[in-house]
Amino acid sequence: MSAEQVTTRRESAVGAGVSALDRLGYRLQRLPLHLVIIILCAIWIVPTIGMVINSFRGLQDMSQAGWWTVLFPPHGFTLDSYKQVLQIEGVAPSILYSVLITIPATVIQLAIATMGAYAFAWMRFPGRNLFFIVIVGLMVVPIQMTLIPVLQIFKAIHLSGTIPAVWLAHSGYGLPFEVFLLRNYLGGLPREIFESAEVDGAGHSVRFLRIAVPMTIPAIASLTIFVFLGIWNDLLVALTFLGVSPFRPFTVVITGLVTSFGGGWQFLTAAAVLQMSLPLAVFIFLQRYFVRGITSGSVKG
Amino acid sequence: MDQIITAVVAVVGVPLVLLGYIILGERVLERLSDSLQKWIRPYFWALPAIGFATVFMVYPLLRTVVISFRNSDDTEWIGLANYNYFFTFPDTLTALRNSLLWLVFYTAISVALGLIIAILLDRVKYESIAKIAIFLPVPISAVAASIIWKFMFDYQPPGTPQTGTLNAILGLFGRDPVAWLVNSTTNNAALIFVGIWTITGFCMVIISASLKAISSEVLEAARIDGANEFRIVQLVITPLLWPTITVVGTTMIINALKTFDIVYVMTNGAYDTDVIATRMFSQLQSAHYGRAAAVGVVLFIAIVPLLIVNIRRFQQQEEQR
Repeated sequence: MSAEQVTTRRESAVGAGVSALDRLGYRLQRLPLHLVIIILCAIWIVPTIGMVINSFRGLQDMSQAGWWTVLFPPHGFTLDSYKQVLQIEGVAPSILYSVLITIPATVIQLAIATMGAYAFAWMRFPGRNLFFIVIVGLMVVPIQMTLIPVLQIFKAIHLSGTIPAVWLAHSGYGLPFEVFLLRNYLGGLPREIFESAEVDGAGHSVRFLRIAVPMTIPAIASLTIFVFLGIWNDLLVALTFLGVSPFRPFTVVITGLVTSFGGGWQFLTAAAVLQMSLPLAVFIFLQRYFVRGITSGSVKG
Repeated sequence: MDQIITAVVAVVGVPLVLLGYIILGERVLERLSDSLQKWIRPYFWALPAIGFATVFMVYPLLRTVVISFRNSDDTEWIGLANYNYFFTFPDTLTALRNSLLWLVFYTAISVALGLIIAILLDRVKYESIAKIAIFLPVPISAVAASIIWKFMFDYQPPGTPQTGTLNAILGLFGRDPVAWLVNSTTNNAALIFVGIWTITGFCMVIISASLKAISSEVLEAARIDGANEFRIVQLVITPLLWPTITVVGTTMIINALKTFDIVYVMTNGAYDTDVIATRMFSQLQSAHYGRAAAVGVVLFIAIVPLLIVNIRRFQQQEEQR
């Protein structure tokens, strides 16, 4: 086979006829690609696996050998860390407090945001654009900028250190983004539906409750997941408003334990696994909504 | 128990109250004259949202600026003393430097990795599974991620078995273990890497979504013209993705400036790892409200350019609607 023939074959391989040799060459060429991807995936997944494995090992084992040693017998799996962590005072209730903070805060802000977004999408009023530009601006304001005055407001109305205070704070912080997103979604609904409902004599309350809300359910669902996890995972807001309160949520309690245990913090892996099991379950079972929520929030332009 | 009852009441009550507000409010509005209705109705609907935004964002924002010029008891004007403190005290200067490191490296690397991974995964059949692996840290809280990486960075004195994954790997190559989080040449890089690890999946998902929107005909045409894959990425894919890259980039810059959780949990700012946000929090905890507010204002000023960019982009989108 001459060199010329080889080159012509290469070129034709792009078309239909692919010889076994070419296929092998193509595979070999792509080997580095696969290697890079596998290494990256390993870096992104191994740390989590390592910690989950560690959470099922004894404290003694954890401080003497790395997590990978359990891959060989004797495995020595145990639930000791979970028992130990749940026995620490305040840990079990803090999981409940996390739930009690997260669910109402999510419901409150989404209810208010949907209503506000409807006004911005389907009503004309002086100052609408200005108000909305302020909302777009508020989306990027760091909440650090608001913590002290909000803390003072809560003190003045005797709400500081209570769970409802955190609902209100989260709702205030979450609203700009939610109003923005829902207004874009609502504004994209077909105008004819609203107009024909108006002609039929339906007032705004009917149009909102019977048309706008049902048609916005997909967006609200994605947003709910997003907001819910954001609050469940939040540390800064809870630390600021509930840092010394008896109603500290799970993230704050875990953080307190991590920073107060000098050595022997290893059993806290169990707490971390408990804390992240809810977000991971949501991600795995509701992946589509989750990813849709992320992409709809930022790609637009 | 009381807390449970309050929470249930809120979950059921708030939507009901809003429902009542809408229905009763509309009843009242419909009795008014047409022109008055047109005037009042939009404000009536937008009021709860605007009210919340005003009480929890707009008012506090302005108030923080005021507090930053006052002493810690909020009784006296002290001019620029809080800012003076911020820009001269060695600890806060370290925090400023570290935030700058976060800004540059966290942003650049997470966006670049997100782009590279999106492009690489676009070329293999197992894309969806690999994406899950990269995306997995995104839903995990910074608190849990910090504990995950505390194990990766764990350090034992040389000669004893290394329980930290990274130091065990170093040991395989016969190297001495590194105290990643204590050693001030490695700890900031280590923390920034944890930040990158938690967010790359986010960047990848967004970039990948716009990558899929590039028609394969464009890429095919470039290939037929004889461009190799690297040239295609450089001259075709990256320019087409540029709008998305800037959107993701600005989000990452804001994230970098606001970084708090990872530093607070992993080192609590010890060994020169403080950033602006952790610095502010420790001022807040020691009730130095004036100083804390000044830190907040500095943070806000750093974000103002991005705020303007965001508003501009929004206005452009509005024109296209």
